[in-house]
Amino acid sequence: MIPELGHFALILALVLAIVQSVLPLVGASKGISSWVALAKPIARIQLFFMLVAFAALTHAFIVHDFSVLYVASNSNTQLPLMFRISAVWGAHEGSLLFWALTLSLWTGAVTVFSKSIPKDMLARVVSVLGMVSVGFLLFMLLTSNPFDRLAMAPAEGRDLNPLLQDFGLAIHPPMLYMGYVGFSVAFAFAIAAMLGGKLDAAWARWSRPWTAVAWIFLTLGISLGSWWAYYELGWGGWWFWDPVENASFLPWLVGTALMHSLAVTEKRGTFKAWTVLLAIFAFSLSLLGTFLVRSGVLTSVHAFATDPGRGVFILIFLVIVIGGSLLLYAWRAPSIRSSVSFNLFSRETALLFNNVILVVVAASVLLGTLYPLLLDALGVGKISVGPPYFNSVFVPLTIPLAMLIGVGAMMRWKQDKPERLLKALGPSLVISVVAGLLLPLIADEYHFGAAIGLMLSIWITLSTLQGLRLRLVNKGYSLESLATVPRSFYGMSIAHIGVAVFIVGITLTTIYSEEKDVRMEPGENFVMKGYNFEFKGAESEQGPNYVAQTGHLTVSKDGQHIASLNPEKRIYLVQKMPMTEAAIDAGFTRDLFVALGEPRGEGGAWSVRLYVKPFIRWIWLGTIIMGIGGLLAATDRRYRLAKKLKSSGKSEVSA
Amino acid sequence: MTPARKKRLFFIIFLVTGIAVAAGFALYAFNQNLMFYFSPSEVKQGKAPVNKLFRMGGMVVDGTFKRQDKSLKVFFDLTDYEDTVTVEYTGILPDLFREGQGIISRGKLNADGVFIAEEVLAKHDENYMPPEVAESLKKAKK
Repeated sequence: MIPELGHFALILALVLAIVQSVLPLVGASKGISSWVALAKPIARIQLFFMLVAFAALTHAFIVHDFSVLYVASNSNTQLPLMFRISAVWGAHEGSLLFWALTLSLWTGAVTVFSKSIPKDMLARVVSVLGMVSVGFLLFMLLTSNPFDRLAMAPAEGRDLNPLLQDFGLAIHPPMLYMGYVGFSVAFAFAIAAMLGGKLDAAWARWSRPWTAVAWIFLTLGISLGSWWAYYELGWGGWWFWDPVENASFLPWLVGTALMHSLAVTEKRGTFKAWTVLLAIFAFSLSLLGTFLVRSGVLTSVHAFATDPGRGVFILIFLVIVIGGSLLLYAWRAPSIRSSVSFNLFSRETALLFNNVILVVVAASVLLGTLYPLLLDALGVGKISVGPPYFNSVFVPLTIPLAMLIGVGAMMRWKQDKPERLLKALGPSLVISVVAGLLLPLIADEYHFGAAIGLMLSIWITLSTLQGLRLRLVNKGYSLESLATVPRSFYGMSIAHIGVAVFIVGITLTTIYSEEKDVRMEPGENFVMKGYNFEFKGAESEQGPNYVAQTGHLTVSKDGQHIASLNPEKRIYLVQKMPMTEAAIDAGFTRDLFVALGEPRGEGGAWSVRLYVKPFIRWIWLGTIIMGIGGLLAATDRRYRLAKKLKSSGKSEVSA
Repeated sequence: MTPARKKRLFFIIFLVTGIAVAAGFALYAFNQNLMFYFSPSEVKQGKAPVNKLFRMGGMVVDGTFKRQDKSLKVFFDLTDYEDTVTVEYTGILPDLFREGQGIISRGKLNADGVFIAEEVLAKHDENYMPPEVAESLKKAKK
């Protein structure tokens, strides 16, 4: 009964979404205020029905309702409660439901935090979001209904893919989807502004906090995925340039460009057309990402079971969304004029560089991801593009970007003087170069690449701090001046320092990691980077829905005990699927990573994979710092102030 | 030309050159790193290059998996049911590697016709077969 309720709620949500995408929009253009006023309530009722549908599916998982096909395929009576809940979005149908729910949540949020936005604009935004919703709900109901019933309910479910039975992966998709879908808000604002013919600074100001919040989720979502791949896949890598990863990285790159170009549009009223285009691309790439991962067209290391038959619908949907918005753009863009001029040496130029580099990087990642698919679709041949391509394009392109981060943030709008910057940043430049060149001497081996990475990180940090210092000096260098610097400026500085931390992580991990597959008998030792790994042996253990072989290793350095590591080799009983659970001793400056291979010969010998990974935590630490910076920027007073001014009369007190 | 126009022209030339260099560079890297896919029968027919990285996929032939006891070196045969190529790999195989399973390996062909794999991929799904393998099997059966 309850699954039918969920199915019914989904249909109602679709009907409401259709109304939502038509009436407010028509109302706004024809000036029918009662239709415009419908935007808020309809969006909220649609959200309500999406919540009902989602709750119904979750309920089916919790009570083991195996008469629902999706539950039977992805759950099991032995599956712990936490993973039964995360299994709701663990496979295709459920993840689409989750996507659509997230979209309704964002739409609901827009209707709540929209006091400063004119009613017409809001109506258009809600309508555009409604259209996207229609697409997703149709897709779900026509091709991938999570509530499909089985005529004969099996006694036991097929269990969730063991890879997904993990905390990191339980929260990774929700974060990622919040990010993907969040860009739909920036997209809707851009489309609505074009429809209304009003592309002004106000539009950019409304979009900025939404874009920033979406960006935070996406940043953390990607980072979680990378962390998960690191400890769960058992290969010790943190980024594989896998098409699935690229699919999430593409919207991030364009979304990052969008955040920066929105800043120019809001503050200086220029780059308008470009910003709109970026908003369209960021969301289109999010859609593409969702579908690439879920449609099964990708040959991927972690391609999950999928059905290419849905490809046609997806393709049509993508063509309508991307084609439609680009057509609208082509029609409206010529009327978008920027009257403001700026000098060659200015913050605008620096941000333009930022945008150009990010977009070129995104384009080359897109090329490497889609070209093999295209050739395959045309039947020309099967090729693949490996990590070397992405690395050799990504690294040199991002070095100039990294060099510009601190400088660009410090430059003045409209016009700046090179002498001023040179004076302000000269000492920082000297310190970064010298320190960057000297620091790798501490390591056992000198690598010029490490010197470059450290130089860049120190440079970003020092120039960012210098920018912050100058801001404070301007304000008189007192304690009060700390409070007068806008929160978004702190946010930006912190996010940029996050980039510096991230660069330290990727550089040192990539260059100084050591990896070895070895055969170890009980009692055997292996020394790597000064760490002595001793293999004590392996024994059988019983888990809730698996049996495991657990290896026991102790690590010591200079005779001092460092860690006991117990990697596992699990066999999940239902799917008969083996899984490697690595054991990791995490540390601020290094991780020790051990994974079991397989039993090797008599006497309890095993093949064991050993890693020492310096500074790998800094990669995720960096992304968390970026996220914190983004959060500060998104909650800047300015966005709330605008709200307060417009809704004068209402006593709205916010700190 | 007015100074403002000159400046703008300079600016545009600079941007276009920058993007062109970046694009050229990306395409070069792309060409250098393209990796082709060959089925075992294509390898036997001599279509695959010697000593150059490519990918080969197929089913692991039952009863051909051998390991050396004192090292991590393993051997197995890969087939598309038409021809068979021997693969050599050193290291830990993925969880789902077993005989009768479809896999993809990346590596180089040596002069003796043995495929020296650098990486072996088996999919994390029992019923899953890499699309390339499925297709080359289909072709071979015809």
